[in-house]
Amino acid sequence: MTDYIRLEYLDLGLSALLLLAVAGLSLALQLRIERSLALAGLRCVLQLFLVGLVLTKLFQLVSPWWTGLAALAMILFAGREIMARQERGFQKLWAYGIGTSAMLMAATLVTLFALTTQVQPEPWYDPRYALPLLGMILGNTMTGIALGLQRLTEGARQQRAGIEAQLCLGATRRAAMLPITRQALTTALMPIINALAATGLVSLPGMMTGQILAGVEPMEAVKYQLMIMFLIAGGTTLGAVTAVFVGLYRLTDSRDRLRLDRLAAE
Amino acid sequence: MTLSVDALSRPGLEPLSFSLAAGESVALSGPSGAGKSLLLRALADLDPCVGDVTLDGKDRRAMSGPDWRRLVGYLPAEPGWWSDRLEDHFQNWDALAPLAGRLHLKAGVDDRPVPQLSTGERQRLALLRAIERKPKVLLLDEPTGPLDEEATAAVETLLKEQQNHGLALLWVTHDRRQAERVATRRFWIDRGRLREALQEDAQ
Repeated sequence: MTDYIRLEYLDLGLSALLLLAVAGLSLALQLRIERSLALAGLRCVLQLFLVGLVLTKLFQLVSPWWTGLAALAMILFAGREIMARQERGFQKLWAYGIGTSAMLMAATLVTLFALTTQVQPEPWYDPRYALPLLGMILGNTMTGIALGLQRLTEGARQQRAGIEAQLCLGATRRAAMLPITRQALTTALMPIINALAATGLVSLPGMMTGQILAGVEPMEAVKYQLMIMFLIAGGTTLGAVTAVFVGLYRLTDSRDRLRLDRLAAE
Repeated sequence: MTLSVDALSRPGLEPLSFSLAAGESVALSGPSGAGKSLLLRALADLDPCVGDVTLDGKDRRAMSGPDWRRLVGYLPAEPGWWSDRLEDHFQNWDALAPLAGRLHLKAGVDDRPVPQLSTGERQRLALLRAIERKPKVLLLDEPTGPLDEEATAAVETLLKEQQNHGLALLWVTHDRRQAERVATRRFWIDRGRLREALQEDAQ
């Protein structure tokens, strides 16, 4: 990569001046966002430097165990995020369990599929490829699962009368829950469908932009981006379908009853 | 055909036992919050509960929830709908048109989306929907609550016919005169405790 321009810390400092300017503006206009802005900016710097250090170390080691451990940590963090995004949904532990296991399954499968058949780094678990791929798939799968579970539990509460009316007439739980299952999966997949349709028109995807900045030919960057989008679509679908169906079974029982009592009270 | 209930209980409902024979009509009364709806939901197996419930000697635990609910229908006080199109809620709406007419439902009722129908119209439609599946027992939670006198009489007549064909009915009603008109026996429930009442001291 010949035409890659290195950034110096001074350059970084210059761009950080913009944050200072925003803070100054906030003070001048009494917007009161300077505190949260400063905190968020500080967190951003610390977290990214930390990630940079960890990745540097991992890339030197190229160990399957350390790479696996980092992947697991990412999945567990993402599971926590799913749990935190549920409002009056499943009880915390169940939201965490359903979200994390669906994500573990979907993101792992799709990442392994990409590593072993498409990208094929040597060795296949090379963290330089495995971790960014997993990260991108995980981020989107996480959003899909969180949206799907939230819509499912919300729908079950709101449409309780309609669901129970079907059950009363002898419908099975799958049949009675079909409308909200559909709504949950539509909601879960909406972001990725929108992203597929709008990508390139509205904004250049982040990864492609990064590759272009790093000197990769645009067409090469496009190929990578397309592959990532397909992987994300596959991972999100797999994860959301799994989570929503497990959620559906948790919301009902073996006598085909609707069990809203299994949702968190507040 | 007999619905037989032995020591049925759930939170809010003390163990209760009774039986309901084919063609019987039992009126169930009691103050608000006494457990009337809890009892009907427990009989329809919509909530977890303990106790033996059998139909024709067949334990309901031996059949699936949906199979049981096809035999023991339940019409809640505020029936739910899962589609805007009325026909979607019926197996064969056209075949029910004569019955709909007898319940004073106007001919164009199926042209309107369900949310635009009045409470009274929806109540009668939900009753038709339940009857269409030909249950052996029908649990009714104030089926004529939102209806005027004329429509109430039509519903009572229709249910009486079904009863003569062997349908067993358990009605929740607040209307003492209605209970006297339709019931062969009367139950009284208070604070989760059920007892069979004589006509005179039912109130």
